[in-house]
Amino acid sequence: MTSGPIPLPMPRVLGALGGTGPGEAARPRFATAAREALADTGQRRSLRESMAVLRGRREAATAEAADWEELREAGRAVRDRSLLSLDTHLETLEGAVTDAGGTVHWAADAAEARRIVVGLVRATGRSEVIEVRSPVTREIGLDRALAGAGVDVAETGAADLAVRLAGERPAHFLLPAVHRDPAEIRRTFLRRMPGAPSDLTDDPRELADAARAHLRRRLLSADVAVIGAAFAVAETGTLVMPEGDGGGRMCLTLPETLICVLGIEQVVPCWRDMEILLQLLPRSATGERMSPYVSTWTGVSAQDGPRDLHVVLLDNGRTAALADEVGRAALRCIGCAACLSVCPVYERTGGHAYAAGGSVLSGPIGAIWTPQTRGVRGAAEASLPFASTLCGACGDVCPVKIDIPGILVHLRGKVVQARRHRPVPPPEMAVMRALAWAMGDRRRYEPALRQGVRWARLLSRGGRIRRLPGLLGKWTEARDLPAPPRDPFRVRWRER
Amino acid sequence: MSRERVLRSVRAALGEARGTEVNVPRDYHHRLTGEEAGSRADVVALFSERVADHRATVRHVGADELATTVAAALWAREAKRIVVPDDLPYGWLAQLEGVQALADAGTVDVAVLDAVDGVVTGCAAAVARTGTVVLDGGRAQGRRALTLVPDYHLCVVHADQIVGTVPEAVARLDPYRPLTWISGPAATLDLGLRRVPGVHGPRELEVLVVED
Repeated sequence: MTSGPIPLPMPRVLGALGGTGPGEAARPRFATAAREALADTGQRRSLRESMAVLRGRREAATAEAADWEELREAGRAVRDRSLLSLDTHLETLEGAVTDAGGTVHWAADAAEARRIVVGLVRATGRSEVIEVRSPVTREIGLDRALAGAGVDVAETGAADLAVRLAGERPAHFLLPAVHRDPAEIRRTFLRRMPGAPSDLTDDPRELADAARAHLRRRLLSADVAVIGAAFAVAETGTLVMPEGDGGGRMCLTLPETLICVLGIEQVVPCWRDMEILLQLLPRSATGERMSPYVSTWTGVSAQDGPRDLHVVLLDNGRTAALADEVGRAALRCIGCAACLSVCPVYERTGGHAYAAGGSVLSGPIGAIWTPQTRGVRGAAEASLPFASTLCGACGDVCPVKIDIPGILVHLRGKVVQARRHRPVPPPEMAVMRALAWAMGDRRRYEPALRQGVRWARLLSRGGRIRRLPGLLGKWTEARDLPAPPRDPFRVRWRER
Repeated sequence: MSRERVLRSVRAALGEARGTEVNVPRDYHHRLTGEEAGSRADVVALFSERVADHRATVRHVGADELATTVAAALWAREAKRIVVPDDLPYGWLAQLEGVQALADAGTVDVAVLDAVDGVVTGCAAAVARTGTVVLDGGRAQGRRALTLVPDYHLCVVHADQIVGTVPEAVARLDPYRPLTWISGPAATLDLGLRRVPGVHGPRELEVLVVED
């Protein structure tokens, strides 16, 4: 079932995400962080089953749309159109939101975004907010900042609640508790949720009801809400939020003040583009023809919704990604997470291995997003482009045609380039340089080859080398190497 | 100032590519294909089928049966007190007996909304292919809170409000109005990947399609 007791809630959980706070320890490389996840057999089973379900749902929903490929191509074009004139669209958006009665704030990095949101909450004089967690609010480490300012945050999502109560990180950026089965969520609720009914079963319907009862009073009386959104339409200033459970509707309907935090890349040029994206996103994300709820709002309405609307536009490294002609396609992402459910690496490790390295987005999109927005100097970021088998499934399913495998290879090149000028070359580069030197001249190559063959044959048993010595041993951790033949090709060619 | 800083970074990042026009090929389906629906009746039938797929209840009624059907749906639930937008056509509730209907003009308290047995509204448009009803706060729809807080939502859709596809709906709707697209009752996939009645919105949705 599960691999042990549920860990106690610990403050490190949120703090470890994103480059969000002072005094953070070095982040582990992906391969190191993945070991822990790989050892959790219960989590692996839940992930395997969940990903199979998600894949099946997505396949059925996209196969049903006869014009799916036309929609994908249109989606790609809309997102490219957004990005290639991003400055213009952002200014248009700012004007439209302002005209409709909202206020736009700009944040160059996570710290500034936190400062803005905390300041806005303080200005309301309230000490309680409700929040729909989104990748962007996690990226800026908002919960910890609000808690630090003495603000009490309640999430609206049942899965977010379960993950927080269990003291965990989300394993998936759309479905945070996807690595836990209902029985585990039931146990978390029983142990940690005040007022959970003692006869609670693991029927998801009962779990949803328990979460509803727990959250409801708080949501109905909230005065301030913080949310993300899927899209911001520049032309009209309209914000668009698809969702399933109605938590977003709670946030944008009842509170007086609504704070919406968005990445600058989430802008789209015009309202009509929604006819494309509102077809691509639900079918790709959860395999639904349409999300149960899609809310759109433009500024403030006199009789409906918040009286104060604040939109925070966040850069935080996105412009660094935009500067890379190849890598900028990553910013087309509409956050559907389809690439996660088809990824053999994500299916085995889940999101925690990515999150430990500071990546809020997990799976293939996280592996191309984080190294670009944060640079590849850190070991954790530099390890992400290698967290892939390059099987290509992610690129095939992406609804906006991001060539994820191509960008992974491109980023691997960048990582190698970044290391080229280090005073002490990393082992791999030292080996490659030695090889280049040896292979550059026949008089060096042939003796080296003879030596190599002799050593390799000494190491082999039954025609296979099971373990290479030293650092090379990492290569044979998961595979055997065939022993080289006694006479290399060059010798046989000469003797033919 | 960060506004200038961000915009400057964007411009620097794009370099020469900045402002490149990208043509959006819009050769996806704008209307339903003949295979999906050949006639107007097929569009309505497709809508009903797709709404039912979301585990909402769908019923077809003639215009003259609407009041009776609304009353019957509420009786079946033993509803005692409901809320309606104050501009709901009077005729829809004409057969209501023993059910108190609060007319909301934006003033009914949230606690009251939480306590009533349901809400009856109309809609602005509906989408056949996705089984969606869209509310825009216009006539017979009320403010957003009305269709969010009560646990049961009865939505009346006139057949001529049903369009085939999402592009048709987007073209018909006004983005400056507060739009809520509703596809079935609130549902969460978060707890075991099975679509179960969701955590916050109405857990039951009933759609009455009025054929004129």
